[in-house]
Amino acid sequence: MPPSLTSPSPPAAAALLDTRYRVETPEGIDLTLRPAGLVPRALAFSVDLAIRGVFLLLVYLGLSLLGQFGMGLAAVLLFLVTWWYMVLFEVLNQGRSPGKQLLGLRVVHDDGTPIGWPASLTRNLLRFVDLLPFAYTFGLLSCLYHPHFKRLGDIAAGTLVVYRDLPPARPNLPEAQPQQAPFALSLAEQRALLGFAERAEGLSAARRAELAGLLAEPLDLPPEQAERHLHGIARGLLGPTP
Amino acid sequence: MKQQLFEQRHRATWQALGTQLETLERGQVDASACKGFAADYRRLCQHLALAQARGYSNHLIDELEHLALRGHQQFYRHSSPLGAQLIGFLLVGFPRLVRAEWRHVLAASLLFFGSLLGMGLLVYAVPELVYSLVSPDQVANMEQMYDPDASRLGRFGERDSGDDWVMFGYYIMNNIGIAFQTFASGLLLGLGSLFFLLFNGLMIGAVAGHLTQIGYGQPFWSFVIGHGAFELTAIALAGAAGFKLGWALLAPGRLPRGTALRQAAAVSVRLIGGVIMLLLLAAFIEAYWSSMTFATPTVKYAVGAGLWVLVLAYLLLSGRDQHAPD
Repeated sequence: MPPSLTSPSPPAAAALLDTRYRVETPEGIDLTLRPAGLVPRALAFSVDLAIRGVFLLLVYLGLSLLGQFGMGLAAVLLFLVTWWYMVLFEVLNQGRSPGKQLLGLRVVHDDGTPIGWPASLTRNLLRFVDLLPFAYTFGLLSCLYHPHFKRLGDIAAGTLVVYRDLPPARPNLPEAQPQQAPFALSLAEQRALLGFAERAEGLSAARRAELAGLLAEPLDLPPEQAERHLHGIARGLLGPTP
Repeated sequence: MKQQLFEQRHRATWQALGTQLETLERGQVDASACKGFAADYRRLCQHLALAQARGYSNHLIDELEHLALRGHQQFYRHSSPLGAQLIGFLLVGFPRLVRAEWRHVLAASLLFFGSLLGMGLLVYAVPELVYSLVSPDQVANMEQMYDPDASRLGRFGERDSGDDWVMFGYYIMNNIGIAFQTFASGLLLGLGSLFFLLFNGLMIGAVAGHLTQIGYGQPFWSFVIGHGAFELTAIALAGAAGFKLGWALLAPGRLPRGTALRQAAAVSVRLIGGVIMLLLLAAFIEAYWSSMTFATPTVKYAVGAGLWVLVLAYLLLSGRDQHAPD
C-alpha cells in the first residue's frame, strides 16, 4: 500500500494486537476499517459456493427439458456463474455477494472507496491462482500471512474485505452529581474516564469497583467512593444534559 | 465547548446526513436532494476532527466515524457513464493499450504462434509425433469432426441438426475460460501464462499438422480461419496480460513489488476486457459462420483472410489519430 494511505506505523506491540486499518481521507480525517480474517471469509465463500451449486443444479434440471437450446443456455449460464457471480454482486451490490452479506462483510478498495469493475474483475479472475495448487492453498497462506488478511487476488487488485459496522448503540451513563476533576486531565485520560463511564453498564459491579479503586489514591478518596466520583467527573466533562 | 452542548447543536445536521446517506445507499439518487451533500459531508468531517481534538467520548467519535465512513463511501464512488466509456475503449483505448504493451504482446505472440507453427510443421513432417501430445481417442475425435464428407463442421459437427446455440454456449465457456486461466496464472511469476500459451500452441499446432497431413486440410482450415483471427489473437493477448503481472513481480523497477503488481494489474485487467470482447466475437463467428457448409472453401478463405487483416489493422492502426473519438 502507498505509505500516504496509512498512519505512521504504531509501535510493534500495538501492531500485533490491533488489526484495524486506517485510511486518511482527503478531508484530513482518519477512517477506521476492520479487515475480516480467514474464518468469516471462508464461511462467506462456502455460502456463495452452496448458493451457486443449488442454482446451477436447478437450472440444469429446468433447461434439460428444453433440449439443445437449453444446453447452450446452460453453458452460457455456467460461464456467467463461474466467472461473473462475484463480480456482478460486488459491483452492483455495494461490495457484497450474498455470502458476504450474510456474514456482514463487504469488499472495498484500499482507500476505503466502494469497489469498481476493474478491481472486482481483477480480484475474482486471480481467484484462479488462489485456488492453486489445490483447495485454496495459496489464498489461504497469503491470507494468514498478510497483516490485513489479503489473498493474492486482493493484493493485486488493491482491495480489502472489511466488516460492515453497524451504527453504535447509545450508552446510558450512570447517574452522578457532575464534578470538576481535581487536576487537569490529558486528552487520553479524559477519554479513558469517559470510556469508563460509557462502558459501566457492561462491567460487573466488582470489576467497576476494582478499576475505580486504582484511582482512589491519586483522587485522594476512600476506594468505595472512587467509582461515584469518577462518574461525576465524566458527567462534568460531558457538560449539563439538555 | 462541553460535549453535550456540541452534540445538542449539531445532532440535527448529523441526523439529516444519516437520512440522506440511507437514500443514497438504497440507490435512490435525486439530483436536487444531493445538492448540499458535499458541504454536509465536509462539515461532518470537521466535527469529527474537532471531537477527536477535544477528547470527546469514544461513543461520539465512533458514531461520527461511522457516519464519515458511510459518507466517504458515497462521496468517492468510482462511477462513470459505463456505456460511453466502453465504446471509447473498444474503438481506440484497447488497440492503444495493446500497442503500449507491445513488449509483452510480442513475447506472448512469439511463444504462442511460434509453438503453434513449429509443432504444426513438425507433425506434418513426422506424423507419429501427434500421439506424443494428443491421446489417440482425441485424434480420432478430431478426424471425425473434420471429415470432408460431413455436412457440418467443428466441435459439434457430428450432431447433424446441431443447434448453433449449444455451440455458442460451449465456445464461450471453453475459450473465455482458457483465456482467463492464461491471464490469471501469470501471477505465478509469469510461469502459468507461459505454460498455457505453450500448451495451447502445441496442441492446436499438433492437431492442425495432423489433419493437414492426412488430407483433411480443406475442411479444417476453412473452418478455423474465420474465428481463429479473433480467438488466437485473444489467447495471445491474455498471455501478454499474464506476462505483465509476472513481470511486475520479477522486475518491479523502483517500486515495491506490491505496488508494481497493483499498477500492472490495473492495466492488464483492461487488456482482459478487450480479450473478452474478441472472444465473444470469435464464439459468435464460430457458431454462426465457420460451421456453415453452404459457403465454398474459397469464400471462407477469403472472408477469413479479410478478418485477419481486420483484426491486425484494428490492433495496429486504430486510435493513432489524436482526434479519434475518445
